[in-house]
Amino acid sequence: MSDLSVSMSASGGLPQAPVLPEAPAKVTVRNLNFHYGEHHALKNINLTLGANRVTAFIGPSGCGKSTLLRIFNRMYDLYPGQRATGQLMLDQTNILDPKLDLNLLRARVGMVFQKPTPFPMTIYENIAFGIRLYEKISKSEMDGRVEKALRGGALWNEVKDKLNASGLSLSGGQQQRLCIARTVAVRPEVILFDEPCSALDPISTAKVEELIQELSEDYTIAIVTHNMQQAARVSDKTAFMYLGELIEFDDTSKIFTSPTDRRTQDYITGRFG
Amino acid sequence: MGSEHTAKAFDTDLQELTRLVAEMGGIAERMIVDSVDALIRRDVALGQRVVTIDAELDALQKKIEERAVLTIARRQPMAVDLREIVGAMRVATDLERIGDLAKNMGKRVAALETDFHPLKLFRGLEHMTDLVQQQVKSVLDAYAAHDLPAAMAVWKGDEEVDAICTSLFRELLTYMMEDPRNISFCIHLMFCAKNIERIGDHATNIAETVFYMIEGQAITDKRPKGDMTNFATTAPNT
Repeated sequence: MSDLSVSMSASGGLPQAPVLPEAPAKVTVRNLNFHYGEHHALKNINLTLGANRVTAFIGPSGCGKSTLLRIFNRMYDLYPGQRATGQLMLDQTNILDPKLDLNLLRARVGMVFQKPTPFPMTIYENIAFGIRLYEKISKSEMDGRVEKALRGGALWNEVKDKLNASGLSLSGGQQQRLCIARTVAVRPEVILFDEPCSALDPISTAKVEELIQELSEDYTIAIVTHNMQQAARVSDKTAFMYLGELIEFDDTSKIFTSPTDRRTQDYITGRFG
Repeated sequence: MGSEHTAKAFDTDLQELTRLVAEMGGIAERMIVDSVDALIRRDVALGQRVVTIDAELDALQKKIEERAVLTIARRQPMAVDLREIVGAMRVATDLERIGDLAKNMGKRVAALETDFHPLKLFRGLEHMTDLVQQQVKSVLDAYAAHDLPAAMAVWKGDEEVDAICTSLFRELLTYMMEDPRNISFCIHLMFCAKNIERIGDHATNIAETVFYMIEGQAITDKRPKGDMTNFATTAPNT
């Protein structure tokens, strides 16, 4: 372009989404590598999750995006033969430190899974259970916390009259919001969403998406999704991963209108494989 | 755009949009040439044909818009595909406007039936039309071929047209001052010159769209401009 001596910028005659100012880093990933036994699943990942921002991870199946998410709260520790090297900081805490209290870490970094996983207990207990693991509080205090969490999960109005009903009696979308409420209840700093809407109908999906945006006011959010439009709708930053590498990481508005890397372009426009 | 989509029908949709824009471009180019030809030869029938054919251009623009909206709804296009579709809509809008301007000139042919027709004026108009028509042709080729340098050449090459337009304006003012009976003719011709100049501007708009489609950003540079008609008087420049 330089030979054409035309300068460009994001401001011009054509619409471009506003770009949020850079947020301070909440989670910092430096030269992160991950192995499943012999398999080198993540190769030299470098990125930061901005505080109170939604960061989306996209990429074809097997690209390592879910693996990366599971490192953020050390889920991989549950399985033998898996190891992570490099640096992964949550503020000043080294997440990869073997001496780290994992229960405490998982209270700070909550996770919502693809399929809703309510516990086989009442709606109330689904929320209270997690809180009791970390805190000893009175019944009235607990009632307040449960209500606050259910409101946070945008579920309160639908369940306030049946808090003693089983969590499993709720619809799929409600169950997922119950899981989000359960995550919010322990007051985490970061919430990880692994394909949170793939088992939900469009209306429940819209509710969860709206909720994610609201939650970003109080929490730092990372979301893995196969739905490109969803990533474009809910996130501030998007990371495109491919074959264990981070190919492109930029403002979501940039990634979905004019990505830099050819592979990103091919993936988001449906030209892959 | 390189490789194909996994969903082949998406490629067909995009190709069809590009084809429809090319079809519009062909008609618009023809309208420019015919309308000026009709003016110079005072061929009222040809002028009328330009007026009639404009309806075809309008219909095509509508069709492109409908297809584009449908494709957006159906495929939720991203990145280069999204820009391709937005680009097609924008180019179609410019071409539709070009058609309107040519049609307007076609209508004026009947009003020019007078004995007064200084050859020099028509030569200027003809020369300007040649330039603008070449601009339109080049930019449509650049659109079809995704040729950024060619589009930028059009974007920067509008100055000469503006300069001719300004000098035509001056000349027309002189004729009007010489003899008030020339006023009606000169006013019509002045509008025609302005129309051609506007068509040139639409060509540069299309060049900007091509830039956006390829680069994903808008041009922010100032385009060189030579249109001084706002300041044209019969007095020599001081």
